[in-house]
Amino acid sequence: MHNEIIIGGFGGQGILFLGKVLATAGMLEGYHVSWFPSYGPEMRGGTANCTVIISDQEIGATISDHPHIVVAMNEPSLFRFAPSLKEGGLLLINSSLVEKEYQKEGIEIAKIPANQLAGKVVNNPKTLNMVVLGALIGYRPILPLSQVHRALEECLAGKEGLIEKNNQALETGWQYACQGGVTHVSQR
Amino acid sequence: MAVVFERPKTLIKKPFTYCPGCHHGLAQRIIAEVIDELGIENKTIGVGPVGCSVYIYQFLDTDFVMGAHGRAPAIATGIKRTQPDKIVFSYQGDGDIAAIGTAEILHAANRGELISSFFINNAVFGMTGGQMAPTTILKQKTTTSPKGREPKSHGFPLQLCEVLSACQGSAYLSRVALTNPKLINQAKRSIKKALLTQIEGRGFSLVEILSPCPTNWGMSPQEAVDWLEKEMIPYYPLGEIAVKEGILHA
Amino acid sequence: MEKKILMKGNEAIAEAAVQAGCQLYFGYPITPQTEISEYLSQRLPEVGGVFLQAESEVAAINMVYGASASGARVMTSSSGPGISLKQEGISYLTVAELPCVIVNMSRGGPGLGNIQPSQSDYFQAVKGGGHGDYKLIVLAPSSVQELITLTHRAFYLADKYRNPVEILGDGMLGQMMEPVVFTKPQFPPLPSKDWAIKGKNGRERKVVGRLTLEAQALEEVNLRLHRKYQEIQKNEVLFEAFGSPEPDLLLVGFGTTARILKTVVREGEKKGLKLGLIRPITLFPFPRDEINRLANQAGKVLVVEMNLGQMVEDVRLSVEGRVPVFFYGRTGGMIPTAETILSRVEQIVS
Ligand SMILES: Cc1ncc(C[n+]2csc(CCOP(=O)(O)OP(=O)(O)O)c2C)c(N)n1
Ligand code: SF4
Ligand SMILES: [Mg+2]
Repeated sequence: MHNEIIIGGFGGQGILFLGKVLATAGMLEGYHVSWFPSYGPEMRGGTANCTVIISDQEIGATISDHPHIVVAMNEPSLFRFAPSLKEGGLLLINSSLVEKEYQKEGIEIAKIPANQLAGKVVNNPKTLNMVVLGALIGYRPILPLSQVHRALEECLAGKEGLIEKNNQALETGWQYACQGGVTHVSQR
Repeated sequence: MAVVFERPKTLIKKPFTYCPGCHHGLAQRIIAEVIDELGIENKTIGVGPVGCSVYIYQFLDTDFVMGAHGRAPAIATGIKRTQPDKIVFSYQGDGDIAAIGTAEILHAANRGELISSFFINNAVFGMTGGQMAPTTILKQKTTTSPKGREPKSHGFPLQLCEVLSACQGSAYLSRVALTNPKLINQAKRSIKKALLTQIEGRGFSLVEILSPCPTNWGMSPQEAVDWLEKEMIPYYPLGEIAVKEGILHA
Repeated sequence: MEKKILMKGNEAIAEAAVQAGCQLYFGYPITPQTEISEYLSQRLPEVGGVFLQAESEVAAINMVYGASASGARVMTSSSGPGISLKQEGISYLTVAELPCVIVNMSRGGPGLGNIQPSQSDYFQAVKGGGHGDYKLIVLAPSSVQELITLTHRAFYLADKYRNPVEILGDGMLGQMMEPVVFTKPQFPPLPSKDWAIKGKNGRERKVVGRLTLEAQALEEVNLRLHRKYQEIQKNEVLFEAFGSPEPDLLLVGFGTTARILKTVVREGEKKGLKLGLIRPITLFPFPRDEINRLANQAGKVLVVEMNLGQMVEDVRLSVEGRVPVFFYGRTGGMIPTAETILSRVEQIVS
């Protein structure tokens, strides 16, 4: 078990939190994990990304040159990170914000209208990150969903009021992925 | 804010990269206009600081020197003493000028150094993510004063212009804000006076520009402007703080 | 706090300092370590300690000087330019024999540089960035868990030897999160700080720091410090050995680089390469004997750093020319990849 995951998007989309929940879930499942954010001058409107590594071995570098999974929450991060995807990797796209098509041989591409699902189904646009995380686990079950729910609760300690909606968002994304939501698969 | 500007010559044609609602860009545009009006673009040298202000060199079309955090007035002194015919200015944030660089600015003023400093006071360390600055006002929450600034452990907001006014070499000190067209016009006049003070060889000049940092204040641009007017100005009254005629170099 | 939690490196150091009994912290913001300040601005007042944001790094290190002279456990932290500013104070602390902990989460230099991870402050930390014949004890953590244990240890060693201890990390270690468990710091008892200045209160007065204008007297001071450094070299070397005990090539790297070298050792194994790794945990004292022994056994050494060749000089001194020492480095905030290092390894071995 070794997965390197890059999550990229705008600041304010909850990218770093998504990564933290994912890494916490990996930790609870007994794996080695690391989380590494992009950091820089405090300018607004910039991009944010983070790298999460979940592995059964001690983790070396906490950045990834060839990730197994890229989550593109917006267009700039799609074109920045997708080209480095490993053969057989998963590219998960937030189709609510990404209109352009992306082609790369030997990877799997999945799309989820995360903003719409968060807004219309969960009724809380801020939960889009958890919709995406649920979908990620649905497409690539690298961790049990139950562990992700536990991790979410741990990460929201002190903000218990937010747990219910976020759990619902996870579930929504997961179901969307499991019910054949893959809209495009490119194969060699 | 319905003021429409024509793009000054001295402003490089590219969009500002500052956060929405930040007045760094506006301040730099006004400095560019004044440089245009004085026709000094070919003999002006800017000294950049460390902080969000540092990006000024990407927008102002004059020669620039970039130096260490807080030391711009010393670097400017070195330039001016080597090239007295040049117009030398520093552009610094509150952390840069009023925390780490206090000694340099105080002594530049005290020497009546023929330089002009433009000081962006946004009451926080902007670039590093909103820590307390010497100019943070009482009760203001920052990432290193999480319960709000209180005098017992953090001291009081530092009024740099008032401190510098005690220096005989300070020929022109003024505090301005850019939150409405009238204030913008006043600010422009102050910036021009500061540069003229230098050109006329009368001594040290400084214009403090109160500026919002919506990102680190956790506010929308409009909320930030309101907060600046309501909360900051009482600590930092606007106006000319010192105008001294020809003290040193006349 | 026996539970495993996910924590950011900078916050882990800050919490570990509190647990080690750090009573005061003086700092000035700088990326990539500002979370240490931010965490302690909240946490130290909770435990009755003092957090103070200084007006500069120069002031901060001198506040440390005053607090340490008063007998307290005290810490400061910074990065690159800020650590440079502290050098004068550090030199004063060493000759006054005042314990303290200094954290450097280093970033790309020189000058303003950038805020990406780097190891180019090795010389500054190990060889003495300030003036005079002094040494710091320098600890080089390579995981968030080790940031905790070495922070505990730093406070202990500082008090034991009455010497400043620097924790030399980098932006990656400061910014990343990893699972950690907080254990209680457990060290042998230390002598009381009867040298601290607390007001005469009836006893003979004490003076911290002194003017030693006489050459012979100052030489005496330096020789005494030197004996202390030799003592530290004898007692306090820490390193981790990883990989093959009988390697064909010995890798040497510290901190973040050593993490990557572990991947190289494992990947090399898959290709049938017998690689060993020594990761110095103390940079001063340097594990020169162990490196010398394994290097001679392996016959070849490759040193990898995030700089253009600094620790490699100490490795060369350790092997005294008996073994070829190769070097690979990236700088300016670039992080070497396991892939490129491995191809370098293959070149050297074949
Ligand atoms: C010696 C040194 N210490 C600290 C820093 C980190 N640093 C970069 S910008 C900054 C503060 C900037 O705040 P301010 O001057 O108020 O400018 P603003 O970003 O708010 O415009 C600091 C502390 C540095 N670069 N060098
Ligand atoms: S962080 Fe603050 S000072 Fe810096 S660009 Fe943004 S609003 Fe302006
Ligand atoms: Mg500021």
